[in-house]
Amino acid sequence: MSRSTTAPTALLAQAPPAEPSRLARAWRQARRRPASVAGAAIVLLFVVTAIGAPWIAGDPMQTDWKLVRKAPSLAHPFGTDDLGRDTFARVVWGTRISMQAGVFSILLAIAVGVPLGLVAGFYRGALDQTIMRLTDAWLAFPFLILAIGLVTIMGPSLTNATVAIGLGATPTYIRLTRGLVLSTAAEDYVQGARALGAGDLRLMSRHVLPNIVSSLLVQATISIPIAIIAEAVLSFLGLGVQPPAPSWGTMLNTAQQFLETAPWMAWWPGLAIFSLALSFNLAGDGLRDLLDPRDY
Amino acid sequence: MFDFLVQRAAISVVTLFVISMIVFTGVRMIPGDPARVLAGTEADAAGIEAVREKYGLGDPIPIQYLRWVALALRGDLGHSIRTRESVIHTVGTKLPITIELAFLSLLIAVGIAIPAGVLAAVRRNTVWDMLASSASLGGVSIPNFWLGIMLILFFSVQLGWLPASGFVPIWESPLDNLRRMIMPAFVLGTALAAVLMRQTRNSMIEVMSADYIRTAYSKGLAGRVVVFRHAIRNSLIPVVTILGLQMGALMSGAVVTEQIFVVPGFGRLIVESVFTRDYPLVQGVVLITASSYVLINLLVDVSYSLLNPRIRIGGRARES
Repeated sequence: MSRSTTAPTALLAQAPPAEPSRLARAWRQARRRPASVAGAAIVLLFVVTAIGAPWIAGDPMQTDWKLVRKAPSLAHPFGTDDLGRDTFARVVWGTRISMQAGVFSILLAIAVGVPLGLVAGFYRGALDQTIMRLTDAWLAFPFLILAIGLVTIMGPSLTNATVAIGLGATPTYIRLTRGLVLSTAAEDYVQGARALGAGDLRLMSRHVLPNIVSSLLVQATISIPIAIIAEAVLSFLGLGVQPPAPSWGTMLNTAQQFLETAPWMAWWPGLAIFSLALSFNLAGDGLRDLLDPRDY
Repeated sequence: MFDFLVQRAAISVVTLFVISMIVFTGVRMIPGDPARVLAGTEADAAGIEAVREKYGLGDPIPIQYLRWVALALRGDLGHSIRTRESVIHTVGTKLPITIELAFLSLLIAVGIAIPAGVLAAVRRNTVWDMLASSASLGGVSIPNFWLGIMLILFFSVQLGWLPASGFVPIWESPLDNLRRMIMPAFVLGTALAAVLMRQTRNSMIEVMSADYIRTAYSKGLAGRVVVFRHAIRNSLIPVVTILGLQMGALMSGAVVTEQIFVVPGFGRLIVESVFTRDYPLVQGVVLITASSYVLINLLVDVSYSLLNPRIRIGGRARES
């Protein structure tokens, strides 16, 4: 009698470790790559900064004529700019713009590029040829020149810069998706599902897409820092966020005029772009190792 | 080999055709009336109409496109609105400056990336590998234009060693030319080096694990000989392809770098023409940029097949 009652509890006692062991495995992976974990943590810190900007720093637009181009001090740890605005506040608020441009532009590139690549790789033939020749031509325009051209057509603003960067990054996703689809669609399990009568839409969404998501994710971590830098460049050239809005690129544009008298104006926004891009790249490296165990 | 070249060239022609359509449509989409811009600020309604008539700007768009392509094929890309000079002439004076800049930065990039990449691969998982890989990661993450500003801050403002901006033609004074080109070339070169180093390391690692390298080692050849005579040559093939694809990035980089260091090259011309709404110039400059990208990559593909005899079908002996 007693045996029959203890057996189920013994089974129950054995079942739970499934969840912790997954966590433990992730933790083991993470410990092996401290740089990637640090990168991910810093990205997270930037996200928190972007969301919490109003609570972290003061008004980035507040000018003060008594505080024009003052060196870093306790009251203004990053110094002040040519209009007496607090550089720290402007860098903090600038995080919002950079994050927004970096993430949304790549989301746009994925939203446009992945379906096109999926269709091209899945159906092949004339449709594939048309999409790929357009992609080739699109790729021939250097990223920045394409973005400059698009912003000229649409007019300079944060939204337009984001759209321009996104469209500039789209061909990468078309090509990547198409290549992945070509190799995945030939796999036995996809052929098997087709033999069982699965429709095109079901094949694409249930069998092909889930298998290429990790590669797309890795590509996104590579593209986002490029997009963040691209937004800064466009704003620096006066084609992105318009002053007085606090964007790291526009801040650097202004700083360039005061290099001799107020070099700190150039330090912080650039350092912010650098550290954000670097931590995205570090985190992306870790993600790539995690999702794609090929040895590099 | 011949079939491969024909097929590759045909794709390039199609791409160039699509590019010309994109450029033409794109420029037509820039807000503003080109006839008004062409006529100048003082022209009245009749003057604008005359210009519209003269340049055929009232014709249907397909007709305008065909006329533009026909002229472009003969090397006539029209005249700049601002300077009244022919677009080809303007490009001809600006392009050599950017080519010099690109060449110098290529030297710097290859000079850093290939030795560093080979070292990182041969001494894999050592301090050297880690150093090279971190430097590469830093190079990818650092914004070009900020690095430029920091260099100016350090070498021009703080130390006063190098002029911050300006340009001296190379035939006037090679030394002064170099003093002004070294910083922009370094900025462009490091960005390229970061990408190249990674590629060199990866392909070197792949080659070093190949059977023929093991054979070379087991024949008793010295490690130095194996690396230099056997491995590097083969590992550089994919690097050449990447180099071709990076030409676009180099062009984008030149736009920003020339802006910061006030180098009067092709990149600065692009930005200026966009800002001044100089339609014929924008049209011509962008067309030339995109076309040269296509041609460079065609050349890269061809040289790839020359470097790697396996791609050549019925190819003759390698040495020529």
